[in-house]
Amino acid sequence: MRKRNYCKINSSEITSYNNYINRRKFIKSATLAGSAMMVASVNGANIPETPQGKLSDISSSIYSTDEKTNSIVDVTTYNNFYEFGTNKDDPYKNSKNFKTRPWSIEVSGHAEKTGVFNLEDFIKPHLLEERIYRMRCVEAWSMVIPWVGIPLAKIVKQFKPLSKAKYVRFETIHDKENMIGQRYRILKWPYREGLTISEATNPLSILAVGIYGYALPNQNGAPLRLIVPWKYGFKGIKSIVKMSFVEQQPRTSWEMAAPDEYGFYANVNPKVPHPRWSQARERRIGSGLFAEKIPTSMFNGYGEHVAHLYKGLNLRRHF
Amino acid sequence: MNTIKKIRFFWKPLVFFICLIPTILILTDALEITGHLSANPIEDIQDRLGNWGLRFIVLVLTISPLKIITGKNWIILFRRMIGLFAFYYVFMHFLTWAILEQNLNVSAVIEDIIERKFITLGLISLTLLFIMAVTSPNSIRRKMGVKWHQIHKSIYVVSVLGIWHYWWQVKIDAREPLIYAIIISILLLYRLLKFKKPTSSVR
Repeated sequence: MRKRNYCKINSSEITSYNNYINRRKFIKSATLAGSAMMVASVNGANIPETPQGKLSDISSSIYSTDEKTNSIVDVTTYNNFYEFGTNKDDPYKNSKNFKTRPWSIEVSGHAEKTGVFNLEDFIKPHLLEERIYRMRCVEAWSMVIPWVGIPLAKIVKQFKPLSKAKYVRFETIHDKENMIGQRYRILKWPYREGLTISEATNPLSILAVGIYGYALPNQNGAPLRLIVPWKYGFKGIKSIVKMSFVEQQPRTSWEMAAPDEYGFYANVNPKVPHPRWSQARERRIGSGLFAEKIPTSMFNGYGEHVAHLYKGLNLRRHF
Repeated sequence: MNTIKKIRFFWKPLVFFICLIPTILILTDALEITGHLSANPIEDIQDRLGNWGLRFIVLVLTISPLKIITGKNWIILFRRMIGLFAFYYVFMHFLTWAILEQNLNVSAVIEDIIERKFITLGLISLTLLFIMAVTSPNSIRRKMGVKWHQIHKSIYVVSVLGIWHYWWQVKIDAREPLIYAIIISILLLYRLLKFKKPTSSVR
């Protein structure tokens, strides 16, 4: 039986990844990224014009875990991204022709600055950071992923939310043509998610634009997605086109689909089982056929940074 | 007589081998000869075995309607083998869950069986299939007489519980269990309609 060596990214895996992202496209974007680098150091975060190009000027972060990261193959072939199908390898198979440029994000609601922004302009005022986070799926598996992104707190601040802005609401692109999963009403499209403003401004929250130093592959939510590592993976809304500052708690896609199974908060909590399965333990992807599951930690092990957000909240009721 | 021999020495071994192909493919995928398992290999093996268990349950239910519709009585000679393969795949699915998924952690296994309703359903189905498998030899069948037929009617219960088990564990996309449910409904409905006629021999 095969044991996956997930501990290190070996060169064969990188080759297969490059292969996947199409060599010619890769070389072209690498050249573009190279020329963009000079601008980057002056202007802040830059994203290669061609998807899946290399990102530059990434700083490390004290919030990163030193746990071994999963392989690129694991992270890019085992995804929940129902817009491209509900099997784990569907996003990898069905997202190849998804166009992520040009891309714009509409910012609206209770904020001083609102409007429609190009992806490039949206991220330009900020600096890229690598955040190596644990990712715990509500299906009781987990990975360790080296994201590249921007602290959401900085993005929120940039738009100067008003006091009425109690929540931030996000929406994925609605594109039936290119997202074949949206042709079936598995969930209410477009996918929507939300955070309280204090969750959004917590230093752990980021909007990711890349993994492993490269711009996000389509199946991982290109070109811009949310990462909130103390929550179940489904909170990490992908391919974001709308961000809105709202007063009322926004309804989220999974909560709308099955309110008794998926709540608004969706904090990782080993003591509150999913109605149909236990959340006490998790399968770490890449640990091999004979590895035991590992115990799940409260807030996915990020309690020291986020537990204070939920003081006085009954987490059994607000799951 | 000639056909019986042909079935016994040619067709049965061939069908046996064909029924083993899903198992062979799991092994060769695990060894990366024919392909590969997903990033979550345990889940992959478990799902594939479970799916094949359900497919063989569907298959075994199609045999007697097929016999009646085509008028070819030899079809029934394959029923026991297909039924045993249904048990085999469901049992392998169970072993994968118990050994690889739960690491034979007795408390976790018991907790899951009691607390997760879909696992309870799966275990009931497996028990019924096991009873049918151990009573499948012809010698036992003859000894048991009418009782044998009554016991083996539990395949209908197994088919319903099997789909239910599948349905309950999918996160939200129930299209696949729905397909199984439709097929099995047709097969059960067919029996119900046939059963009303006194001349019917469908079991």
